[in-house]
Amino acid sequence: MARYVANRLAQAIMLLVIVSAIGFAILHLAPGGPLSQFAASAQMTQEDLDRVTRQLGLDRSLPIQYLDWFGRMLRGDWGRSYRDGEPVLAVISSHLGATLELMATATIIAVLLGCWIGVLGALRRYSLFDSLATVGAMIALSIPTFWFGLVTIYVFSVKLGWLPAGNRQTVGDGSLLDLLHHLIAPALVLALVETAMWGRFMRSSMLEVINQDYIRTARAKGMPEWRILTVHALRNALLPMITVGGLQFPTLLGGALVAETVFTWPGMGRLFLDSIGYRDYPVVMGILMFSAIMVLIGSLLADILYAVVDPRIRVG
Amino acid sequence: MADDTGKFGVGALHLGNPNRRQIFQLGAGAAAGWTLSGHAFAQTERPTNPPDKPRGQVIAALSQEPTVFHPLMPGIEVDQGIWWQVFSPLWFIDPDGKFVPDLAREVPTIENGGLSADGLTWKIKLRSDVKWHDGTAFTAEDVKFSLELINNPDFRARSRVGHSLVKDIKVVAPDEIHWRMEAPYSPYMSILGSLTFIVPKHILEKVTDPNASPFHNAPVGTGPFRWGERVPGDHIQLNAHAGYHGKGPYVERVVFKYIPDLTVLYTQFRTGQVDYTGLQGILPNFVQEAKTLKGRKIFVSSTSSVEHIAPNLEFGALADRTVREALYLAINKQAIIDALNYGLPTQTESFVPQQAWSFQQGLPQHKYDPAKANTLLDAAGWVRGSGGVREKSGVKLEFTNSTTSGNAVREQTQQLLIQDWRAIGAAMRVNNMPAAVIWGDFWQQSKFNSVIVGVNFMLGSDPDVTPRFGSGAIPAKGGRGYNTYQYRNPEADRLLAEGAKQFDLAQRKTTYGNLQKLIRDDLAILPLFQGFIAEGVKEGLQGFRPNINMSINCWNIREWYWA
Repeated sequence: MARYVANRLAQAIMLLVIVSAIGFAILHLAPGGPLSQFAASAQMTQEDLDRVTRQLGLDRSLPIQYLDWFGRMLRGDWGRSYRDGEPVLAVISSHLGATLELMATATIIAVLLGCWIGVLGALRRYSLFDSLATVGAMIALSIPTFWFGLVTIYVFSVKLGWLPAGNRQTVGDGSLLDLLHHLIAPALVLALVETAMWGRFMRSSMLEVINQDYIRTARAKGMPEWRILTVHALRNALLPMITVGGLQFPTLLGGALVAETVFTWPGMGRLFLDSIGYRDYPVVMGILMFSAIMVLIGSLLADILYAVVDPRIRVG
Repeated sequence: MADDTGKFGVGALHLGNPNRRQIFQLGAGAAAGWTLSGHAFAQTERPTNPPDKPRGQVIAALSQEPTVFHPLMPGIEVDQGIWWQVFSPLWFIDPDGKFVPDLAREVPTIENGGLSADGLTWKIKLRSDVKWHDGTAFTAEDVKFSLELINNPDFRARSRVGHSLVKDIKVVAPDEIHWRMEAPYSPYMSILGSLTFIVPKHILEKVTDPNASPFHNAPVGTGPFRWGERVPGDHIQLNAHAGYHGKGPYVERVVFKYIPDLTVLYTQFRTGQVDYTGLQGILPNFVQEAKTLKGRKIFVSSTSSVEHIAPNLEFGALADRTVREALYLAINKQAIIDALNYGLPTQTESFVPQQAWSFQQGLPQHKYDPAKANTLLDAAGWVRGSGGVREKSGVKLEFTNSTTSGNAVREQTQQLLIQDWRAIGAAMRVNNMPAAVIWGDFWQQSKFNSVIVGVNFMLGSDPDVTPRFGSGAIPAKGGRGYNTYQYRNPEADRLLAEGAKQFDLAQRKTTYGNLQKLIRDDLAILPLFQGFIAEGVKEGLQGFRPNINMSINCWNIREWYWA
């Protein structure tokens, strides 16, 4: 097991180096730059722009800039944001809480609701419920999150006035109730696609399990149906879902990016969009590396967990 | 002036050639033939009976996030929204175009001895009752430190235009400072008044890196509001500064909410979550509906920005003035204003906003006349070739037009232009790019054929456009400005040099009037309209005064209060 984990870790580090090099090159080779936002300003002349470019070290060659950045990153210095001068790690951590809050809530909703729909759909295959769940999932997967978010705001905020039209909290009100009130709409919007995915995966997994011989054997032995479902079927059907869960991070992050924009949620997704727009290289690279690390950790944990749960993997 | 609907009718604002009485009314500076002239613009809801002490809060929504809080570093318009609340300049420019003393006791003029007749010696008397937010007294040392910091080679200063001419700064008393200018430069008055905030010496002299210190994220100023808290990506809270030396503030705190999507921003204004829609304001397509909202007031006001087609004057057919004139004649400008911009902007022929003292009346007015455009091109030897596109001496009348992708109105404008210009045998293709791309080297190094862009040509309220139209300011030719049009005209250079060293208002008006005529005759730019902004304010919130001399209309939140 230790060798397995060590191998996976070595692969992960190699991947991080590759991701950083490709990400750095793409970001810096893209046209435009962090100073282009000042081009239309009546204040800065080309001479000023050139001076600031030199002061930021952006006039150096790309490999030198990369090596400098990479070296400092290894020493724990992820650089400073070009926009507000704050250390990148501080910038990321100041947005991380909001995103985790949104992602965790959406994940809880999606897992509980998705698994329930998936299991019920598998057990009542081709029933009205299953058909509705299938159609519903297709619709949910097809609806653009941005559009769904705007519709939610229009219905529940503008028309009904039940939910706030955005923001994480009311200014000056830090209560849990206020936070939850603001969380409902973005979490539900973000959970929509996730629920559909979990539902579809769970249905497939459950269908595969309930047609296995050992389920038939259990039924033949006269085991109660609820026990067959919970102890034998559900437990085994949940196994592949570990992998699904481990790989959900990028999808969730992508969804959060949109939901955070629509609901003015001050999280990482919006930070990422803003930073790209401003060509804030240190922050974009920081988020890229952070996301890559999270994805690799998620994937690694899923693999290890799978190996723990299913001894055949370890042996293989 | 605002009319009943809250719209500022530009027609009512034309000052034209100011009469003697108007010039006389320009205040102390005008007496020296210096200060910018006044315009009865946007005098809306001046506080008449504000509360005795700060009460309530204002939530101001901004579509961009303020991130630069050191007011001397590179920042964009939205950052100025914070700077105006936290810091103070020596003087500021009010909506009428007048310089109003702030940290200075009076605006220096030749009359009051603050300025020498040759414009080289400046003597500034300062207020002695000003305190920094931490209680330290403000003195002339702070002004000296701020000016020296801008010129510090290690400091990432936003701009050194004008400041680099300042030499021999002497603090003669805690409330008086003198300096010498290396050369006369009249726009410096406006630069100091609208773009230069004074920072605290007692804090910043101790930092090891002037580009990164705790001050950058917890600034200390002398302005009406103290720094409160910042939740990155969400909001910034500023609290009333009880010891503020000026009028106000009348609210306990101001919260700047960052709402990047303009539709979402408008929705939150509509649902009452925000009290004021700031920078970029309300999208034109929502303005009519917004005016019907109960408990909301909508103000449509002109800005200094001039929306125009920027030709690259060294590219193909666009280098030919006749071609530019024909293209200009063939633009259905009114359709762009009415159909695409809901009739909100005003047609213009100049790079100077129509409310400015320097605006030149009587410039040739644009007329939509495709027949005349065709005649001009025929006479100039531009012959229609295959596909109906004209050409002359092997040069085809075809070019690309670029603008920021995703800007729906500008993209629709391009579609109209394609149709208009096809009718006279000119072929235009669209080549749009994201903001971070188009305004980089593509724009700065004149790699475009033509661009649709809105530019504020003014330095505060000063019409000095040397960096925009001076022949030494072409970046693509190693110049130091941002003359990306690649405009070169010796007469323009002469006028620019003359205007920058003149200190007499009447003389300056003549100089910059001639320059406007020249730029219009040369069609260095094809102006479409003067920019506008629609802003919403909750009913009951008093004191909102759009200021065309500022980059942001929430410059005076210190005067706002709830009725």
